[in-house]
Amino acid sequence: MVTQNGNHDKTLVVVQLSGGNDTLNTVVPYNDGLYYDYRQTVQLDGDAVHPISDDLAFNPSMGPVKRLWDEGKVAVINGIGYPNPNRSHFRSMDIWHTAMPDDIGREGWLGRTTRELDPTGDNVLTAVNFGRGMPRALGVRGVPVASVGNLETYGLFPDVQDEFMRKYALEAFAKMYGGAQGRDAVMDFLGQTGTDALKGADILRTAPAQYESSIEYAANPIAQSLKSVAQVMLANLGTRIFYTQHGSFDTHSGELVSHAKLWDEVAGAIGDFYDDLREHGRENDAVIFVFSEFGRRIKDNGSGTDHGSGGTAFVIGGDVQGGLYGQYPSLAPDMQLEGDLHFNNDFRMTYATLLERWFRLDSEPIVNGRFEQFEFLPA
Amino acid sequence: MTTTTADVALMAHLMRRAGFGATREELEDKVARGYENVVEDMLNPSGDRQNLPDDLIRRYHVEHSELRDLAGAGANWMYRMITTNQPLEEKLALFWHSLFATGYAKLNQARALLNQIDMFRRVGFGRFNDILVELSKDPAMIIWLDNNDNHDGAINENYGRELLELFSMGIGNYTEDDIKEASRAFTGWTLKNAEYMSMRAMKDSIWPYSRIAWHFEFREHDHDTGEKVFLGERGEFDGAEIVDIICKQEATARFVCTRLFQFFAADEVDEEGEAAIEQMMASYFESGYEIRSVLRTLFNSEYFKSEAARYSRVKAPVETVVGAVKMAGTYRQPTLGVNLLASQAFYMGQGLLQPPTVEGWHEGVEWIDSGSLVERVNFAAKELGDPSNPGVRAIVDRLARDGGSAQSAADIVDGCLDLMGPLQVEDITREAMIEFATQFGDIDLDAEESVETVANVMRLIASTREYQLA
Repeated sequence: MVTQNGNHDKTLVVVQLSGGNDTLNTVVPYNDGLYYDYRQTVQLDGDAVHPISDDLAFNPSMGPVKRLWDEGKVAVINGIGYPNPNRSHFRSMDIWHTAMPDDIGREGWLGRTTRELDPTGDNVLTAVNFGRGMPRALGVRGVPVASVGNLETYGLFPDVQDEFMRKYALEAFAKMYGGAQGRDAVMDFLGQTGTDALKGADILRTAPAQYESSIEYAANPIAQSLKSVAQVMLANLGTRIFYTQHGSFDTHSGELVSHAKLWDEVAGAIGDFYDDLREHGRENDAVIFVFSEFGRRIKDNGSGTDHGSGGTAFVIGGDVQGGLYGQYPSLAPDMQLEGDLHFNNDFRMTYATLLERWFRLDSEPIVNGRFEQFEFLPA
Repeated sequence: MTTTTADVALMAHLMRRAGFGATREELEDKVARGYENVVEDMLNPSGDRQNLPDDLIRRYHVEHSELRDLAGAGANWMYRMITTNQPLEEKLALFWHSLFATGYAKLNQARALLNQIDMFRRVGFGRFNDILVELSKDPAMIIWLDNNDNHDGAINENYGRELLELFSMGIGNYTEDDIKEASRAFTGWTLKNAEYMSMRAMKDSIWPYSRIAWHFEFREHDHDTGEKVFLGERGEFDGAEIVDIICKQEATARFVCTRLFQFFAADEVDEEGEAAIEQMMASYFESGYEIRSVLRTLFNSEYFKSEAARYSRVKAPVETVVGAVKMAGTYRQPTLGVNLLASQAFYMGQGLLQPPTVEGWHEGVEWIDSGSLVERVNFAAKELGDPSNPGVRAIVDRLARDGGSAQSAADIVDGCLDLMGPLQVEDITREAMIEFATQFGDIDLDAEESVETVANVMRLIASTREYQLA
């Protein structure tokens, strides 16, 4: 939405790398002999990687991210994690989603953020997830979130092929859910929710038609999701949080091939998305946050890598102060955590930075504590 | 004996609550058998539950041949709920799963969860103290609530606390000291090779060495045999004796009967509901804490049979999926894709074997948000709006048999509402559907276009607010 002084809302775009992205082969310590010792098989060629410093380089498939790095738009957060790392996909993902590493949390951090951004729930599209099923990060009771499988067909009765039949069915649905309120609390709530869902779908469906761009996104799911994000963002529907994911990064075997393909898709999608925003003069309105639930084991298993700890996150955007943040964890045997990379910065520092410096919100109630902030966004 | 509309409506209500719904033909058969007989049949399951043995089912359904991962295990249970001839056994297992909510996230071993569900089938109708003892010995529960870390001289209170707070009495009926004393009594209740197993669960990685089955183990040397004071009683209690003391408390009777009431009778407890809960509590004590007796009292109560109890619960996602599939008549034979049904329930907010926390799912109206409602409507509408599904075709045939082939739009809407419920909807809903059906011209049930119209009316009924309730 455009504010009175002509500025656009600040938007956060989350890209979740599901399955545990291999840190060592994403931001590669390409001049460290230990890397080549531990990665006898799952090893990247030191001449093929994209150096970003004397010590570190991006995976060869991350060309488009390297291009944005060169422009100073990419913050790399090395050594991100949380105390007592859990190597279960599900539990670790829950921790990232609820910002509660010690206790089992119920509310998602981005659901809470949505509530702060739109306390009255006036806009049913403040947060939009692209994918099936609501990520726990967005789940807070009473906070409306649209969850979109496919923007082109999103809404009710997507299986009805006949255009008129679907139109008639939607009209009937609107009448059935729009009846008089006040007789029964449950029926009223259902009526309101159904009406919200219909409204959200009606608005969202208008986005692709308004969209014009010279960018041709690839056909893979993350590229299509980010294209949908661009369409909704450029339609100015007031969405502040977009959620997408890609995977599976659970590369226990055949990692060199699959990890290259995954990063090819993710980096390509991010590069296209950024260019798309730039084409519309909107690259300063979005920040892309890329994370994964954990990194992987330092030593490979001969074909892939097993679950580890100590990850890497990225924050990318026109307003981002690019550079290296956090510490790259040491591979030295006495510095390892049971064969894994040690984390050195709590993921909630990154969350707090995004909340305070991008959304201008008080981060403490959202991330359950007060955390130091990074400088990757201007204070 | 003649079948009346009221008998069918009551039987449909019972089958929605004690099962996952039934077709009109099934309802008529059950009405002929008699309400109380049907209740008894369901309370005492016997014989084969499915028309094929499980090993054969898993051979034909490759998507649930692997039970150690979440997708396969969820699909296997989902298929069983659809095809079982003892629906209350599965419904009650789902109740215990919701109450004693144990999740895959911390276990990384779905087979152990399915074993827990099997335990609910085995003892779920029995005495509550037996259920709690079995639960305390269940390996999935032991890992889930850290009882493997509960040692003589160094207690871990997690299980002791939740046993009292979430599983039996409810907060406010015991002290922090009672939690500590109960925890002492469960020291040494662990699983074989617990140290290795818990490490494996924590460091879940690929399964290069396969999975080792989990078994309960009592370690006498790690069990605190000293005197405990628990809920005012003093003795050298072990876990089973703690459970006995728990089960004789009125707070426990009220807690478990209220939870059963809310799962099987109504989301909200009103004054009449409170009276029904009192009756259930009396049965609890008279029968020696037997769940079968408590449920018998509930299902035969005036409250349960009353109009007020009808459609007074928001369907859980699993009920929505299984109910729509049973009515549509799909998946009756080996059919691939049951794993997708389990995913559907997950999209609607209820992933089998993956409750969000030990607290379980927030039920009732909290099942509904704009995302989950779209998933619910789209799933049920697709299953029941497809005239090629046998259950949909059966309803069309039944309409023609009872009312002839030429019918008005209002006849079709009323006929479908009857056969899919009977379901009463608000006037505005009925009018919107009649208006919808009228747009397609005269209805002749012998013509394929009219069959489509009926299916589309069924699609709309499946998308109503009223259909979200059971």
